[in-house]
Amino acid sequence: MRPAGVLRLALLALTAAFLLFPALFAPMLRPLAPPNMPVIYDRASLSSLALSHLALVAAAIIPSALLASALAILVTRPAGAEFLPLSRALVGFGQTFPPVAVLALAVPVVGFGTWPTLIALFLYGLLPIFENALAGLTGVSGAVRLAADGMGMTPGQKLRRVELPLALPLMIEGVRISAVIAVSTAAIGSTVAARSLGEVIIAGLNANNLSFVVQGGLLTAALALIVYEALGMVAEAARNRLGLPAEPASRPAG
Amino acid sequence: MRGRISILLVPLAASALLPFAVFRANRIAAGEPRSLIETLGTAGASAALLALGLAIAALMVIRQPLWRLGVAVPLLVSLVLAMGWGAARLGADAPTAARIGPGAGFWIALTLAGLLLIDALARLRPGPAARLGFAAGAVALVWLLLGSGVLAELSVMEEYRSRSAAFWREGGRHLWLAFGSFGVAMAAGVPLGIALARAPRLRQPVLGALTAVQTIPSIALFGMLILPLGWVAANLPGAAALGIRGIGMAPAFVALLLYSLLPIVANTVAGLTGVPRSVTEAADGMGLTRRERLWRVDIPLAAPVIVAAARIVLVQNIGMATVGALIGAGGFGTFVFQGIGQTATDLILLGALPTVALAFVTSAVLDAAAGLLPGAAP
Repeated sequence: MRPAGVLRLALLALTAAFLLFPALFAPMLRPLAPPNMPVIYDRASLSSLALSHLALVAAAIIPSALLASALAILVTRPAGAEFLPLSRALVGFGQTFPPVAVLALAVPVVGFGTWPTLIALFLYGLLPIFENALAGLTGVSGAVRLAADGMGMTPGQKLRRVELPLALPLMIEGVRISAVIAVSTAAIGSTVAARSLGEVIIAGLNANNLSFVVQGGLLTAALALIVYEALGMVAEAARNRLGLPAEPASRPAG
Repeated sequence: MRGRISILLVPLAASALLPFAVFRANRIAAGEPRSLIETLGTAGASAALLALGLAIAALMVIRQPLWRLGVAVPLLVSLVLAMGWGAARLGADAPTAARIGPGAGFWIALTLAGLLLIDALARLRPGPAARLGFAAGAVALVWLLLGSGVLAELSVMEEYRSRSAAFWREGGRHLWLAFGSFGVAMAAGVPLGIALARAPRLRQPVLGALTAVQTIPSIALFGMLILPLGWVAANLPGAAALGIRGIGMAPAFVALLLYSLLPIVANTVAGLTGVPRSVTEAADGMGLTRRERLWRVDIPLAAPVIVAAARIVLVQNIGMATVGALIGAGGFGTFVFQGIGQTATDLILLGALPTVALAFVTSAVLDAAAGLLPGAAP
């Protein structure tokens, strides 16, 4: 097995062990907790927080991916071509908008809880997926398009059988970037009462309990890395299916 | 086919029917909607509707991007001015604790006017110098609007007035966090990138490790750094005197520095390895030493890619410095999280708006700067 594969498995096993049997790790964290304070977060089980964290990300990113792909398809058709310069400029503008600002601005509109976080994750998730889908769809070479036309394909067939399959690896890379940013923003969402692993970090900061901060931090980081690696494997599978060479990973931020 | 963009004019027109302002009995009370007529009075609202109608009619007919820009900019400015006057009018006969802020109608109209402006700008395809000019013009316009006092009655400005000293102090900290960590990351990342460009075997592991760091959510990295920095402060003589502590600026600064490394190192490597072979061979043929070639050929050619990394890093740092407020690092995030805690919308805006503006301006300036470099792609 390659070293990367061993590292991935070890990360997965350690994270699962920590989530399911946190008491095993308590002796290591003991020195970080102030005396008479709990070592392991006790207001909710860590595994339920991790699941809720992942559910938030999935609930926001799946609709985000569908809408962003639909929009990218729309602006690359002749009927929507007039919106192409605007949408390109908007992607550039939108990326400068910090995810925390989106989260904070959603609170006044929809109140506290899960909703502002979901909205922020959904909106912010649109940009990387749209950008990558656009790059994928406009990157299909002229020769390939001509060949498809020559085979007598209708515009619909060309989209389904040629353009979308060729753009798929890049679109998955976009989903990967969005999902990693979403894991990060969902953690910050705990400041507005969303249920995620960020809750553990924030409880630790408020109570001055470094043990909470460190276990929440490690688990949140592990969750992000697992999501990143898992979607990386999906993207690689999509590239392999097309016989494309492996591409260097795109840059997440958050 | 042309003219479909006019579809944006439909919601722009419809926004006039939505509440233009929101009235609050105090800064955390629930908002009550105020229509355009209630906000501006009959005469004011008629004038506003007439101006809006004229702008919409003009945008339906005019196709030339420069002229469309000439309609969109005054539309945007008059929207903001109308909001300021409306707030003053509503505030005149309300108790002092009352707050007046923008309503849904204003936000929608502002967004659509902004979209039309961005569309016109994108179609003009301005060169780097013109983009710098636009950015400077926009900053001057915002400065003028804020300085003129027209917007003084708006609730966000009331929040600002009650904590103007804190605003500039936290703003200074925000800049120091974002730009200071960027400076250190450049000083460390560019040499590291040069080294990696010459050592292909080390490239993958180092870039892989930096990618993993970049993947760690900000709140987790900020939190986890409290531990090592607390240890350094307690055990390294002189560290505490330098201001290094477990919480506060130090962990936030280090976290932003770590996040900054990947784009800088990766782009330096990409820029240097992207120098065409024929160019390096010509330089060697001219008898340049390795160091001369690096400074006079490789780095100038890689500069646009490195400046692009600087833009990514600064935009990212300005946004993420906000999260530093959670570990006591200060910055504009202080207002955002205070506002969230007090459910005070205006306080959230006081922190979020300058952060967004700072990121926009920095991005525009560096984008233009990259275009002005001699080696830049057209």
